[in-house]
Amino acid sequence: MTHRELKSSTVPESIIEISHLTKIFGQTTAVEDISFSVQKGETFVLLGTSGCGKTTSLKTINRLIEPTSGAVYIEGCDTAERDPEELRRGIGYVIQDIGLFPHWTAERNIAVVPELLGWDRSKIQERVHEMLNLVGLDPAAYAGRYPAELSGGQQQRVGLVRAFAADPPIILLDEPFGALDPISRREIQKEFKNLESLLDKTMVLVTHDVFEAFDLGDRICLMDHGRIKQVGFPRDLLYSPADDFVRRFFQANRFLLELKVLSLKDILPHLPGREELAEDLPCFSEESSLLDVLESLERDKGGTAPFVITDAEDAPVAQTDAGEVLSAFYTIKPMEPS
Amino acid sequence: MNQGASLIEFLISRQGDIFEQTAEHIGLTLIALLIAILIGMPAGIYLTRHKKISGTVLGIVGIIQTIPSVALLGFLLPVLGIGVVPAVVALFLYALLPIIRNTFTGIEEVDAAVREAAKGMGMSDSQILRKVELPLAVPVIFAGIRTSTVISVGVATLCALIGSGGLGEFIFRGIALNNINMILAGAIPAAMLALIFDSVLAVVQKNISKTLKPFLFISAVLILAFIALVVVPSLFSTEFVAGFTSEFMERPDGYTGLQAKYDLSIETKELDPGLMYRALKNKKVDLICGFATDGRIKAYNLRVLEDDRSYFPRYDAAPLIRGEILRKHAELRQALELLSGQLSDSMMRQMNYQVDHLKRDPKEVAEEFMEGLDLPSSSKSMRDQSIAIGSKNFTEQYILAQIFAEVIQHYTGLETVLMTGLAGTKICFDALRQGEIDLYPEYTGTGLFVLLESESESVSRIKKNPHLLMGFVREETRKHFDMEWLSPLGFNNTYTLMMREKHAARLKIRSISDLACYLQDSNKQ
Repeated sequence: MTHRELKSSTVPESIIEISHLTKIFGQTTAVEDISFSVQKGETFVLLGTSGCGKTTSLKTINRLIEPTSGAVYIEGCDTAERDPEELRRGIGYVIQDIGLFPHWTAERNIAVVPELLGWDRSKIQERVHEMLNLVGLDPAAYAGRYPAELSGGQQQRVGLVRAFAADPPIILLDEPFGALDPISRREIQKEFKNLESLLDKTMVLVTHDVFEAFDLGDRICLMDHGRIKQVGFPRDLLYSPADDFVRRFFQANRFLLELKVLSLKDILPHLPGREELAEDLPCFSEESSLLDVLESLERDKGGTAPFVITDAEDAPVAQTDAGEVLSAFYTIKPMEPS
Repeated sequence: MNQGASLIEFLISRQGDIFEQTAEHIGLTLIALLIAILIGMPAGIYLTRHKKISGTVLGIVGIIQTIPSVALLGFLLPVLGIGVVPAVVALFLYALLPIIRNTFTGIEEVDAAVREAAKGMGMSDSQILRKVELPLAVPVIFAGIRTSTVISVGVATLCALIGSGGLGEFIFRGIALNNINMILAGAIPAAMLALIFDSVLAVVQKNISKTLKPFLFISAVLILAFIALVVVPSLFSTEFVAGFTSEFMERPDGYTGLQAKYDLSIETKELDPGLMYRALKNKKVDLICGFATDGRIKAYNLRVLEDDRSYFPRYDAAPLIRGEILRKHAELRQALELLSGQLSDSMMRQMNYQVDHLKRDPKEVAEEFMEGLDLPSSSKSMRDQSIAIGSKNFTEQYILAQIFAEVIQHYTGLETVLMTGLAGTKICFDALRQGEIDLYPEYTGTGLFVLLESESESVSRIKKNPHLLMGFVREETRKHFDMEWLSPLGFNNTYTLMMREKHAARLKIRSISDLACYLQDSNKQ
């Protein structure tokens, strides 16, 4: 993943800071004394089962929920001191139920925040069309449609681009793909990951789906019963679990998650050496996760075909196949590389 | 065919009245609705923001809705009097619930995700309301307004009972007089009004964004005009006003003839017979058409004006019974004849007073009367046959129906079923004709003018002679309807005009002629 590298190479700069946050609803404590910070430009995932407090934590960031105690800082400013509406206009927001305005066209839905911010008409229209194109919806065909005239996937695409139409530096996503069927979900997740215009955004994403967390998250914050269990890179959670709860949380999907967090680069030393590299073979970057490579091979080449691994400069470094990848994986597995 | 032709004839002959009443009806409905919208919608919105009180407020408004219309008009009478103002207030109260509730529900039903998205994107509360909640709630809110409109057009007919005019005037006169054409002359335009209002609202709803501002502007103008032209003058009016029942307005022996006989010119309002006496007592009107035996004459200290030119006929009360039931149970005649001549004017007035003013139960008063009669004792065994006794919807009729029941049960052993409170002469008479009731108390004068629709030349000779009148009415009724008038009960419950005693004394009015003179003098000034 290129953009993770990009970030870890720069000095981490926190943009959202949550400090000793507690939220009590009546008799129930939803969130108890949690603190974490989100780095500029990263995708930060709040992961946990339902009722763990992840959504509550997310909503305190744009003040849809006011904390009982503790504070939220954005770029060093206490959000409690800011006008909530103005604060929200500067933060993109995507919700599970999409929440498109049924009485407005796709165009008008996407234009909401720019309109609230008082952009001029021509700029808004230009931006809306840019946004529709971004998610593969032809403005000529889709701009004038009402939400009821769009498929679920199209609605969610509109919901997504509505959140960043005004180009906010921070975007909050509350189970953004939760309402979709598995096929559209995969599709949109993929599109979402590859959206160029999201590369420099800071995103906080709430999910209960561990694959989504591992797929999209730069860092993951695992929560349970209103408390943080562990915050870290996906491979930290997998290989250095803070406690038994964290270990057990990933146990059921461990095999796939390991394949997900390990890249070709991790197994490179354990592949059998080959002098000659054949021409015209499919290439995979050494940054690619094993899972993605194996899935891609399975899908396109029937699983066993050879392929070439390339380095950061796109130069071929090795030739191998799925069988060798898996045996190398099993070789390093007990070693739990950090 | 005949009916249709006569309806069209009637509509043409009364087209002036129909237009006037329709205009009054539109005015009443429109003003009340506009006020209800302008108050109900903000109230509904307010409740969505203060949900803790929403249950209570909707409950109270709902209770208002359940108050029967006539009762509500009665409650408003002492405070707001009669006429257009209380009518508008009543209509407003009825129109309020659907508008408040649908505004509240419409906004509440907006998808929570949509509201959250709006908030999360930085809309203020008022922006959420204006841009998201209200536009999405429009269909539900309009459904409420349309419900209110239909209710208002309907209830506005009842407002004719408190002198506010409108199409109800025809309807109530028609009901009281057994005149289908007259009922239709009120009912058809009212139904058409409901449909027209509904279609106009549908158009407004479709083009809500374009029509909203003109709509608000027109509403404001209409309401201000209403306040300036109707409410304010009504507060300062000192005119001499008469409150007459719908039946009296149209009966051949009612207002029209009276006007001609005495050369009366007086401002009239139509009133419900039950509300009429209180309206007079509370100085909302100055003159009413009452009944000579009414208990409230005494209770409210009213003066009965002398009919010095003998306008009103005799109204001797007697049981009117179906011929068929009389042939089947001849003993009914014997039993009811026991009451012949037993009730004087003053006895009847006293009994009415007991019920009207002392709030006693008509049954109790009837039993007391029977004990005082000292009739021969009888011990008939009960039989499995029942006689249905009807009555009109005023006190005296309730008491008489109870007395009939007592006598029949006691002296024939037949069971009785009471079907009292039938709204007017027409309904009682038709029920009798169709055998739904077997007998009810009726008055000879009413029989003469209303039921037989007799020609006027023959009438003037006999109308003041009880025996001739009864003979004529009995003969005609038997001939046309197979019904029998039994012996008169003894009292003459004639129509009379009455005023407040003090008021009449101050103006020195004793007779209807005095009143006519007074009115002519005051008109000249």
